[in-house]
Amino acid sequence: MDLWNWLEYGAWALSAAFGLHMVLDWLRTDSTYPEDVLTSSREGELEAMAEEHKVKS
Amino acid sequence: MTEVDITSKTMDGIGPHGVKVGLLRVLGPAHVWALGVGIVLVGEYMGWNFAVGKGGAYAALIACWFAGILYTCVAMIDSEVTSTVASAGGQYTQAKHIVGPLMAFNVGLYLVFAYTMLEAANAITAGYLVSVVATMTGHEGELNQRPFIILVIMFLAWLNYRGVLATLTFNLVITAFAFAAILILFLSTSGIIGAGIMDHAALFEGHALPYGWIGILASLHFGLWFYLGIEGTTQAAEEVRSPARALPFGTLAGIMTLLIAATLTWYVCSGVLPWEFLGDGVNGSVAPLFDTARLSGSAGLVWLLGFGTLFATLASANGCINDASRAWFAMGRDKYLPGWFGAVHPKYRTPYRAIVFLVPIALIFALGAPLDQVITFSILSGLLGYTFMPLNIILFRRKWPLNSIKRGYEHPFHPLPAIMLLSLCGVTFFAVFLGYGTQLVAMIGFYIVVSLWFHFWRYRFVNRGAQFTMPWPKPQGY
Repeated sequence: MDLWNWLEYGAWALSAAFGLHMVLDWLRTDSTYPEDVLTSSREGELEAMAEEHKVKS
Repeated sequence: MTEVDITSKTMDGIGPHGVKVGLLRVLGPAHVWALGVGIVLVGEYMGWNFAVGKGGAYAALIACWFAGILYTCVAMIDSEVTSTVASAGGQYTQAKHIVGPLMAFNVGLYLVFAYTMLEAANAITAGYLVSVVATMTGHEGELNQRPFIILVIMFLAWLNYRGVLATLTFNLVITAFAFAAILILFLSTSGIIGAGIMDHAALFEGHALPYGWIGILASLHFGLWFYLGIEGTTQAAEEVRSPARALPFGTLAGIMTLLIAATLTWYVCSGVLPWEFLGDGVNGSVAPLFDTARLSGSAGLVWLLGFGTLFATLASANGCINDASRAWFAMGRDKYLPGWFGAVHPKYRTPYRAIVFLVPIALIFALGAPLDQVITFSILSGLLGYTFMPLNIILFRRKWPLNSIKRGYEHPFHPLPAIMLLSLCGVTFFAVFLGYGTQLVAMIGFYIVVSLWFHFWRYRFVNRGAQFTMPWPKPQGY
């Protein structure tokens, strides 16, 4: 076993850690917050409030 | 309209009307530049040189500049529309507002397929690069590339999951490094710093256009590699602090960077590597800039371009995850896809479900499909998207003329760029048909089938009224 064989194992372990972190956080988030909060994002809200969309004549 | 100050600390840019969690507006023009150039720059490091194999070095240069004109039109048109339709989803959202739902559904799928397949291709390439480094450092036997391919996808997905600012700041650093590496290679090999090693005259003698003019036509397809993905800047529209300024600034600076990088790349590689070796991207020069560095005899340049190649690959995959997830999220938010995908993480403020959902799809392509097929389907989806753009801008200008709504940027010479882009797309489709006719027909067949599904089934679930949110006047003629 040389360094690269160890790096292979390291890559598997890190991949699993990143994947596990995402899935656990995803499940925790979904169980903590109600669905209407998580999916409350709407397109164009900031534009509607902050930008005028008027042309100077 | 409620009395809520959306610029206050508690609201942090999130609008009222029931919005409790939205994407975070934290990006600037440099992040937009990093997103666009980061996705593309890997095409300078590898892939473009197939154009040399198809028609020789001069044909590759013509393809490089031909595609440069095409993408300059893309960047100008995109800058105008997206600085006005500043929402996640980019061209999908533009199509929804300007053309109609069926076009939007198709454009959304073009985006997701183009970026997810490009992400898979980048992960495969990164795995290959690691195996090359292993061989160079004395590893005996064949290295298993799979754990490294998976690690690239998982790490970058995790980074995207955790927040857009860190993701695109990371892209900014590694993209700037990769671009600087090209500049340093040019300065070092052209004779500006130290002795030059280029000999264009000797290398081109008798090989100016080895396959004649038909070779130029055949090479056009690979000229796209120099710029493919710059249109991805539009996906940052909902996360930039000032869409009207940052999007045109970042996108146009991006295309200028790429025009310089593409021309320098062609000049450096074609002046050092024989065209037969340069043009064979499988058995010859897989990574031409890296090979040029190796021929320079400088260990420093070899390391610099080695890291440049790896960083360009990672930046591209990272940008692709960002863009594919925003397109998927925007389609979910409008119920073009299940509304479940339209969720935003309350802490990290990213479209976390879309990011996680696309991970296994990228892994399937990266581990189960051949690289050339993955790349071809990515290019074809991109090309279909470019064909939509000229039609989109013509309709946009007709429905909402310049004096009717405020734009962040107005592109010059309309409709010349649109007509030019449409013509160039037509020529490129013909060139693609010559080389990849079966894949082109299969891809168009796929989009026809999913369009029928959308029209006859899915459209009933779409938020028909709520999907049009821009506070614009009624379009002219309606």
